[in-house]
Amino acid sequence: MNEPEKVLVRARGLRKEYGSGEGLVRAVDEVDLEIARGETLSIMGPSGCGKSTLLHLLGGLDRPSAGELWLAGRRVDHLSERALAQLRRHEVGFVFQAYHLMDELTAQENVELPALLAGRSPGEARRRARQLLDQVGVGERADHLPSALSGGQRQRVAIARALANEPQLVLADEPTGNLDSTATLEVLRLFEALHAAGLTLVIVTHDERIAATADRLISMRDGAFVDETRLVGGTRKNLADLAGLRAE
Amino acid sequence: MLAKEPSQGSQLRARLDRALGPLGEAMNAGHIYVQLARLEKAGLITREGTAGSSDRPDRKVYILTPAGHGRVSEWLSEVSWPKPDLAEFHLKLIAAAAAGLADPISIVDMQRRELLRRLRDAQRTAMAEPDRSDAGLLLEGIALRLQADLRWLEACERIWTDRRRK
Repeated sequence: MNEPEKVLVRARGLRKEYGSGEGLVRAVDEVDLEIARGETLSIMGPSGCGKSTLLHLLGGLDRPSAGELWLAGRRVDHLSERALAQLRRHEVGFVFQAYHLMDELTAQENVELPALLAGRSPGEARRRARQLLDQVGVGERADHLPSALSGGQRQRVAIARALANEPQLVLADEPTGNLDSTATLEVLRLFEALHAAGLTLVIVTHDERIAATADRLISMRDGAFVDETRLVGGTRKNLADLAGLRAE
Repeated sequence: MLAKEPSQGSQLRARLDRALGPLGEAMNAGHIYVQLARLEKAGLITREGTAGSSDRPDRKVYILTPAGHGRVSEWLSEVSWPKPDLAEFHLKLIAAAAAGLADPISIVDMQRRELLRRLRDAQRTAMAEPDRSDAGLLLEGIALRLQADLRWLEACERIWTDRRRK
């Protein structure tokens, strides 16, 4: 990379189709998108609008039917399977609604695994995992199996795992979908800390309360973007007003 | 707040601050004394203790009167609930469309953006609160209401978009 790209992700005419003929479905339909480095973006829409498919395309979990995709200035839409796997391992971290942790591995081992797969030494992987688990606030539960952890703790372990190889981009698909309001806030706080540390984050959700925490919100319907809102902070006076408190 | 025990104004203020967290900041510090004076006039509370001296002006203890206790129990059993004024916005869209003065869809969009910003503010404020705090619970209520309003706006947008197509 010659220049430190300000735009981390760039998509042009990105398309993903399933089926053919009459049954052709355009899950993602000619999407143009730029995501700045360090930005948090949320993509919102009803189920089936293509938001998860788009996330999968952005992270190299799936391949577009047409269109161009760049990550950090590098064209990635036509990479080989092997190169895509490399990309997923090193450049992108994924967080899923159902955590997708390995049940038979401890929290620590779950976080070590991607680092080991990326060729790091066991000692290095262990140190890194330890540090990440501390960072997400579950360091004390490092030796527990996922089944011994609460939903919020599991998701935090999953976030630590997503960070194991210092990805440039973290993609989260309904990250709080299975969590109660307290655990949801914990995850949001964690995302905020990662955002403050410069991480680029894309969150797909159907929950306005999650989406509204991002810098920018894109609404999706039928595979296409229908609205984009840049969110800047409001005022607390409004909030007091919403709570029924009149400031006199 | 006085039902718990006779209290000084500053103690009441502290209790309110705990209950409201950052949302209490918008309240004027003197407001509480205005309210106390009103309640006293209405015979619901009474004052006792040393009248303010210059070095400790805040020694007056407020006590709930029997009438005040009665009012509190009444209040606790009331089921009134704040009314959202949705009809006004609804009529705004209809008026805008009927008179051709503005595009209802852009009105909805504008409103949606505004509510999203408020929701962001509510969520960020909640994120800054300790877990399970009283203020956090209030903020959760605000966020949930905003979410409901946003979903209604989505329905408005859908219907008005369909109408425009016809």
